Amino acid sequence: MMIPQRLAHQHCDVLIIGAGPAGIAAALAAAPSGVSITLVDDNPQPGGQIWRDGPQAALPLLARQHRAALARHANIRVLTGTRVVGLGATSPGDKAPALLLEDPDHGWTQHSQHIVLCTGARELLLPFPGWTLPGVTGAGALQALIKAGLDVRGQRIVVAGTGPLLLAAAATAKKAGATVVRVVEQAPWNALAGFAAQLPRWPAKAVQALSLVDFSLRACTHVLEAQGSGQVQSVLLQRGLNAPETIACDRLACGFGLVPNTQLGQMLGCALGGPLSSGQGLAVDALMRTSVPRVLAAGESTGFGGSERALIQGAIAGHAAAGQVPQAEALLPQLARWESFARELQKSFRLNEALKALARPDTLVCRCEDVPYAALAERQGWIDAKLHTRCGMGACQGRVCGAAMQHLRGWTPAPPRHLLAPARIGTLAVAAMEPGGTHQP
Amino acid sequence: MNSFNSTAVQITVNGTRWQVRAGTSVAAALGQLASGTTRTSITGEPRAPLCGMGICYECRVRIQGRIRLACQTVCADGMQIHTDMGTAPGNAP
Repeated sequence: MMIPQRLAHQHCDVLIIGAGPAGIAAALAAAPSGVSITLVDDNPQPGGQIWRDGPQAALPLLARQHRAALARHANIRVLTGTRVVGLGATSPGDKAPALLLEDPDHGWTQHSQHIVLCTGARELLLPFPGWTLPGVTGAGALQALIKAGLDVRGQRIVVAGTGPLLLAAAATAKKAGATVVRVVEQAPWNALAGFAAQLPRWPAKAVQALSLVDFSLRACTHVLEAQGSGQVQSVLLQRGLNAPETIACDRLACGFGLVPNTQLGQMLGCALGGPLSSGQGLAVDALMRTSVPRVLAAGESTGFGGSERALIQGAIAGHAAAGQVPQAEALLPQLARWESFARELQKSFRLNEALKALARPDTLVCRCEDVPYAALAERQGWIDAKLHTRCGMGACQGRVCGAAMQHLRGWTPAPPRHLLAPARIGTLAVAAMEPGGTHQP
Repeated sequence: MNSFNSTAVQITVNGTRWQVRAGTSVAAALGQLASGTTRTSITGEPRAPLCGMGICYECRVRIQGRIRLACQTVCADGMQIHTDMGTAPGNAP
């Protein structure tokens, strides 16, 4: 296979994975030092989830300012539609691990001096009967799809799960012309009230919360089942000890909070333990350095605290990667303020134990390999389940069912070893090419 | 405010032409179709986008001959999209 050498190996000083608020802030902090920066994201536009652009998105001023700032720096190269598929072979000049990247047309090995992981978080999606029906999505998922142009005008939508994201998703759906028939929060009212009472400590967050108030909100309520034939048509809800209630709907958007995206960090050998993620996030020191030399991490992959915390963490990481430690340290007081907000979030939206009992024996847990919950009953852990049932061995590589089983049974997903995502054969051929241009035997 | 104006692009889904607003993702566009499904699971269930952000791979479809994630692909004029391309070996993205 003939692959031009200039495409097979590319070099930069700072490689940032993820162009959400943390990644953008890291790039903008590092840029004035003059280092060459490559900012990679698998989505079509920079912005991450919270600043997702699209024909039905309303980008806040701060997001537009940050995107415009990226374009002003000639030493920031933004690669959208590009994902990390695995580890590359390092060359002698590399100080950071080499990564194998792929866009819709090419694959190449990206070499760098520092890597900043800004891989964000995904939604925790827990299996319940009917969750594989078309029309059932995550809560943030519905918001992302609407921003990307999904037409929901006139549709009846139930938003369920837990966390502030539910209200944000409901607001986006209403603005796009849907009828939000119910917002279903599993946390009890006293936890929500406690959270609301703390909000004036962060005035911007209090204002944001007021703009999201939804009178269809029910606390202490969770989904039991999504029902329908070929498409979700209704949802069965459990509110406290009341009799279950059926609500007709065209869509159910259900998310149970966030899971940090740590697969790439784990593949690089980074230790976990982020305190604002129940220990599931990447562990970082005050300068956002992970346990692996020259690999830093910032944003939701280290724990959950929203875009404000991610922006500051990103800037600290960007300065640190560019060797500007005093500038990084100057941001630490601001970070402390948003970390305390993150602690309030964690305290208020703890998951109800009843959510662990939603899946029935025939409920599929692994949606890629169609593995039912019953098939996992006898399994002792993640590796055992993979070997016996193929759970987690499909296209998503356990990103959905692995996080679910970690919550349901306490199984720890094994970190990926070489490949992170399905890759094209051409990309793997590139990985086998040495920087000198010869193929490895 | 966003980066897109209200011009339209034409796409073809399983041989049928559709018009969508510029900037619309393929996953969002497929939501306009009656079925809204993207693939059939290995036990024969219809599936549609779940995570909306490139994690779950439920929305993988064939776009211009290549298997790609519908939620991370923006519709372009003349784009050929085929859903339900099966789950046999070699059909994974």
